[in-house]
Amino acid sequence: MSTHLVGQRVKRLEDPDLLSGRGQFIDDLNLPGMLQIAFLRSPLAHARIRKIDISEASALPGVHAVWTARQLPSNLQSRRLLLQVPNPAIRHPITQQPLASDEVCFVGEPIAVVVADSRHQAEDACERINTDFEALPVSGNCEAAMRPGASPAHAELNDNLAAQFTLDFGDVDAAFRKAEHIFQDHYFQHRGTANPLEGRGIVATFDPISQSSTVWSATQSPFIIRRMLIDMFEIEESKIRVIAPKDVGGGFGPKGMSYPEEVVVLALAQELGRPMKWVEDRREHFLSTTQERDQIWDVSIAVDRTGQILGLRGRLAHDAGAYIPWGIITPYISTTTIAGPYVVPAFRFDTTAVFTNKPPTSPLRGAGRPQAVFAMERTLDLVALKLDIDRAAIRRRNLISAEAMPYKMGLIFRDGAPVIYDSGDYPKCQSLALEAAGYDSFKHRQLEAREAGIYIGIGIANAVEGTGLGPFEGAMVKIAPSGRVVLQTGAAPQGQAHHTTLAQLCAEELNVPIKQIDVITGDTNAVSLGVGTFASRIAVNAGSSVKLASQAVRGKLIKLAAAVLQVGENDLEMQDGEITITGEQGDSVTFSDLAKMMNGVPGFKLPEGIEAGLEATNYFQPNQAAYANGCHVAEIEVDPETGSVIIQKYVVAHDCGNLINPMVVDGQVQGGVAHGIGNALLEQLYYDADANPLTTTFAEYLLPTAETVPDVKILHLETPTPNNPLGVKGAGEGGTLPAAAVIAAAIDDALSPFGVRFNNAPILPHQIVAAMASAKHNKTS
Amino acid sequence: MSDPDLHEVSLIVNGIEYSETVESRWSLADFLRQKLGLTGTHLGCEHGVCGACTVLLEGQTVRSCLTLAVQANRKSIETVEGLAPSPTELNTLQQAFWENHGLQCGFCTPGILMTLTEFLRDNPDPSEADVREALSGNICRCTGYQGIVAAALDAAAKMRADSS
Repeated sequence: MSTHLVGQRVKRLEDPDLLSGRGQFIDDLNLPGMLQIAFLRSPLAHARIRKIDISEASALPGVHAVWTARQLPSNLQSRRLLLQVPNPAIRHPITQQPLASDEVCFVGEPIAVVVADSRHQAEDACERINTDFEALPVSGNCEAAMRPGASPAHAELNDNLAAQFTLDFGDVDAAFRKAEHIFQDHYFQHRGTANPLEGRGIVATFDPISQSSTVWSATQSPFIIRRMLIDMFEIEESKIRVIAPKDVGGGFGPKGMSYPEEVVVLALAQELGRPMKWVEDRREHFLSTTQERDQIWDVSIAVDRTGQILGLRGRLAHDAGAYIPWGIITPYISTTTIAGPYVVPAFRFDTTAVFTNKPPTSPLRGAGRPQAVFAMERTLDLVALKLDIDRAAIRRRNLISAEAMPYKMGLIFRDGAPVIYDSGDYPKCQSLALEAAGYDSFKHRQLEAREAGIYIGIGIANAVEGTGLGPFEGAMVKIAPSGRVVLQTGAAPQGQAHHTTLAQLCAEELNVPIKQIDVITGDTNAVSLGVGTFASRIAVNAGSSVKLASQAVRGKLIKLAAAVLQVGENDLEMQDGEITITGEQGDSVTFSDLAKMMNGVPGFKLPEGIEAGLEATNYFQPNQAAYANGCHVAEIEVDPETGSVIIQKYVVAHDCGNLINPMVVDGQVQGGVAHGIGNALLEQLYYDADANPLTTTFAEYLLPTAETVPDVKILHLETPTPNNPLGVKGAGEGGTLPAAAVIAAAIDDALSPFGVRFNNAPILPHQIVAAMASAKHNKTS
Repeated sequence: MSDPDLHEVSLIVNGIEYSETVESRWSLADFLRQKLGLTGTHLGCEHGVCGACTVLLEGQTVRSCLTLAVQANRKSIETVEGLAPSPTELNTLQQAFWENHGLQCGFCTPGILMTLTEFLRDNPDPSEADVREALSGNICRCTGYQGIVAAALDAAAKMRADSS
């Protein structure tokens, strides 16, 4: 009888349009009279603006306006972007101006803007803006920028310490005093930048009659942009609507931010009275979209003679870049993630976010967790090596057991609540992954391969991820007069199949075919409040809201049908948009009948006890994060001549609770692993000593291709979380978390005859060749 | 023509002939998207690496971001809009992408479909390694490629079955 959709590999509703060239991406949106925008960006990493002469550019044909900070509306001139996530540990809450007025702090910071009939003309005019800068000392390196006396990245500051905090629990000093062994290492990790295939993009219009504005942005978070624009323009919420187009070409974190360009494009639309479009090109993405970039970790671990962890301590330096639009979320998450799935009785980490004259940073898929996982897993590998314990065994010895769930790990999360891992079976997850990877027989295969001069290695890494953070992501479900079901949410997808998975949840509750549901996402007019698509939070938050709102609508439909058909509510059944009296022929009403009735007849009352409207809105609020976990095992081959790494086998055992659509979850895991492989082996942003970017094309910044990413074998455990009505945990980032750690471990294992150990990511071919050469040299000398 | 930088071009796109005036610097991608409104062809890098803008020119794949519209004068072009037999149907390759979860955000997809259209026409019975090599000039940031590879192999098998 029932339409069973949840848990099924339902084909995506999004695909037919996307496969036929009928996608609706930001650059596909063209409005009558629309003008095109190009930005002029700072060519220097740190400088005082002496003069910007726009006269020559303004006189060019096709040019409608050239603005610097001086031409901005006066109320915007002195303002900086809203810092969306404040934290008391932030010493200098500095965000960007819409256009830099006096000082530029990274190459790519916007300093002027041109509006023209075509983008070609706008870019031509940018080249004719004459600028004069006074160069200032550059803070280009995170490690150096921390030192006392380092040149400040912002001229008005005395140092570069954007934020500092310490997180601790237990008696860490005692743990280190009584430890039989203490090991330590230093890790440099670089996570590059997001590079969704579609960059950012904005279209804005202003309606002079209603005095209201509409902004379309290729964003993860229309509500976050609306908050920022309300703050900047000091306008009423009702006067601004922000929409993410139906299709957004990937996000991975940085598209969740609000940016100066959104302010400037809207200001131009208001001032010139014409629709405006700006679409980021790839070079601009490398220069101006937020990155995650560098973290430097020092980790010390105290263990007993069996390798059991007694304490963990260290310091983390996070390259914040020039501004902190998302506060210090990334280093905060990093610090709270490092203990991971292991029992750590005592802990202390000192974390510093450091200003540099590089692009601002914000979370990127994994949000600081991949680095924490790398630091922990590489440290465990070190303990295993030093104590001659098998790498799987040392992990088993320290993993939190299933019986210990829910497990209070000791830290307080940034929302002030204790971190409690709600559910999961970490040892079982590791066992499954090891078995699927053939871990027990690997040593034998490795020795055989070495006989043949082939270097293969295996690595293991575990991770825990707090997903589905609140406060909420609302959904509204409504029956239209046609009988179709309308599902609206502020959640904005960029490829995660929200249209399909949210429709699955709604269709299951209302027992209708999935095709009867129209899903509207990413619009601040869809529901009253919203947050955004990041932190693996939509299935938990919006999914639960959809379920609860659908249940409420189901209740209203049944109640109304019972009144209309004059039977008890328990005597009704609902199927395919029709409500029928159980066991009888003929007597039924359709969703359409009921919805039309609920439109009301002027002057007549609704049936007794019936509330107006066949709709419900729900804002499910999770009490705390739902903790997903996973174990990755990778087998790789290193070519000792070229230093190239081939991933031969990659296994993920993953637990994200109940699966709404296993096909979609598999896609998220596979894609997440691919991102992690990029971080492990390829992706590196290079800067020269003056913080000039040297990687601004895909020829210089390498992304994983079909030849680098293997077919990942994915195994699912399904331990439902008690923290939401669906029992789901987020799945968007877990695939990325352990990837760099597991590949580094496998490379070390492959090259173990040389005694090579990598404590950095990415690990590039030339580094592998150099490390082997140096190991050989040390042996012979 | 009075402005020496303007050129009259005539292209056959998905079987329909279009005549337009363009500046010499206009790329074929901008021409398709802006002059003809065929926005299915996407621009991911505009420097010839990502492959999102791949179209067929006289049956051969080209990067439409690195091809000038004037170079395509009097030539035939195929784009993603021309693949399906009708607005309500998908062709075998498109259908295989749907069934094998070969796309997530869908931005790179048109270029990948055009790359594989040429590849499967010329290589009806490819190995997985062949498919991966054929795809090495197209970047996808979402999927990790597995669904794309599976879709290509599935489509190849179905196309062989249909033609035998």
